[in-house]
Amino acid sequence: MREHPTMLRRTRIALLVTSFAGFAAWSAVAYAAKPLELHPKPEVDLPFGDDLSFPEGPGSDVVAANCVTCHSVDHTLNQPALSREEWHKVVDKMITAYKAPISKDDAKTIVDYLSRVKGEP
Amino acid sequence: MPGPALTCWLIGIPVLMKRSASSTAMSRRGLLSAAAASGFGLIAQKALGETIDFHVAGGPSTRPYTTTFPEKGRMVLQRNRPPWLETPFDVFDKGVFTPNNQHFVSWHWATFPTSVDLNSFALKVHGQVERPLSLSLQELMRDLPRFEIAAVSQCAGNSRLYANPRIAGAQWANGSMSNALYTGVRLKDVLDKAGVKAGAGHVLFAGLDDPVLPEAPRFVKSLAVDHARDGEVMLAFAMNGEQLPMLNGFPLKLIVPGWSAVYWIKMLNDIEITDRPDPSVWTTRSYRVPDTANYTVEPEKADFKLIPITRNVPRSFVTNLKPGDTVKAGAPQLVRGIAFGGDKGVAAVDLSLDGGRTWQPTVLGRDEGTYSFRQWQTTVALPTRGTHALTVRCTNTDKVMQPMQRVWNPGGYLQNQVETVEVVAA
Repeated sequence: MREHPTMLRRTRIALLVTSFAGFAAWSAVAYAAKPLELHPKPEVDLPFGDDLSFPEGPGSDVVAANCVTCHSVDHTLNQPALSREEWHKVVDKMITAYKAPISKDDAKTIVDYLSRVKGEP
Repeated sequence: MPGPALTCWLIGIPVLMKRSASSTAMSRRGLLSAAAASGFGLIAQKALGETIDFHVAGGPSTRPYTTTFPEKGRMVLQRNRPPWLETPFDVFDKGVFTPNNQHFVSWHWATFPTSVDLNSFALKVHGQVERPLSLSLQELMRDLPRFEIAAVSQCAGNSRLYANPRIAGAQWANGSMSNALYTGVRLKDVLDKAGVKAGAGHVLFAGLDDPVLPEAPRFVKSLAVDHARDGEVMLAFAMNGEQLPMLNGFPLKLIVPGWSAVYWIKMLNDIEITDRPDPSVWTTRSYRVPDTANYTVEPEKADFKLIPITRNVPRSFVTNLKPGDTVKAGAPQLVRGIAFGGDKGVAAVDLSLDGGRTWQPTVLGRDEGTYSFRQWQTTVALPTRGTHALTVRCTNTDKVMQPMQRVWNPGGYLQNQVETVEVVAA
């Protein structure tokens, strides 16, 4: 960013005090004036997100074995409480739309686990 | 001896471009220096320890802040892999352009490059065209006219966290949206260079990301040829004057101004012109909304037609006051925020202090373009002590207004009911 954040804040406060015309403005003109360069980027490092685990209990091993192939544990942990029917729809979409290789038995175990761990909506 | 791989490209400087064209780096094998699966660093995520509480019922309400993602500052961590990083809401009070290092991040599949070689990257244009193309970045930047456009990128599921009843999916609060000034070339110019054959009605886009499992569907989206050739749809190589962050689609991203961010394909390298609509699950099964007023249905109902998500809808937010903030009773109080008109410009932003019975106009800030965030502000006095609800509503230049009633659909998409912030006058 070209603008110094502190400067911006100070400017804004000054405007508020004087006239209430306090729009914080990052100008497009300022961006456009800057020469545009593309640089090679060094390889980036992404956190894998393997520092969380599913709460222990019946089925937690099945959930761990099936779900974290495509997404980290926090994806599942952050979901709301849903009805069994809704969980069934979620797992079914993973299988039929996104081709997760989840067996019928495992799918049922996963739905049971999520319904129990997440609780009733 | 041929020149080394380019270390820097100054757009529009022919000497550097020429040197790049004669470089052996141009023909070097291997598009990517690393495939994603092997490229992920196995570094455990270290959050700051600081969390944010979104105060929602029915599920986990807090999320960690994170600073561990490359080229990203402080972000709300919704998911590690593939990353879902939300822009902290206080950023939206600082100006209409979201800083690149706090522009939200969302990927569908975890397999995407952690490095892209600028010299060997190529954009393929193929299918129903007269002349299939493989364009280097140098060619795109040197041979085609550049333009700039400010546009809001917003996930179709922004604000899903607040849906009631709650809905499965990315549990975004209000921060899966960001605004940037993009620099790039017109998709129209690229399509004209290839020569779209008569009768080909659709353009399908894909990037360098791949599903983790080979059987899974590659992430693709499509536009109608007429839309693709409207002169506004952009292939962007820069945002806010800088090259794209890796997590926002370096080195090339499709910009579809006014349309949902699901269309804004990151690391774009494949454009296919076809004579049939997009057959992928990303359009036929996901990213669909009821064909009803405000895309809203009763939660128990199932008798409605679903249509693909396309345009953004108008939204507005208060950014300088948070729920529960205390203000001085009877004193002038600045209320400020941002708005966007969806697929049209912002015509007006109005504020109500009585739950929507009466509205007062606000003053709009500088117009950065039809598809940009626009600031608004007004001054109110809250005469009586106690809780006051500030409700804000955007109307776009097509006279489309944010609805008063909650938007709800089974996917939790396109939420845009008016926002209310309750503050306490004391």
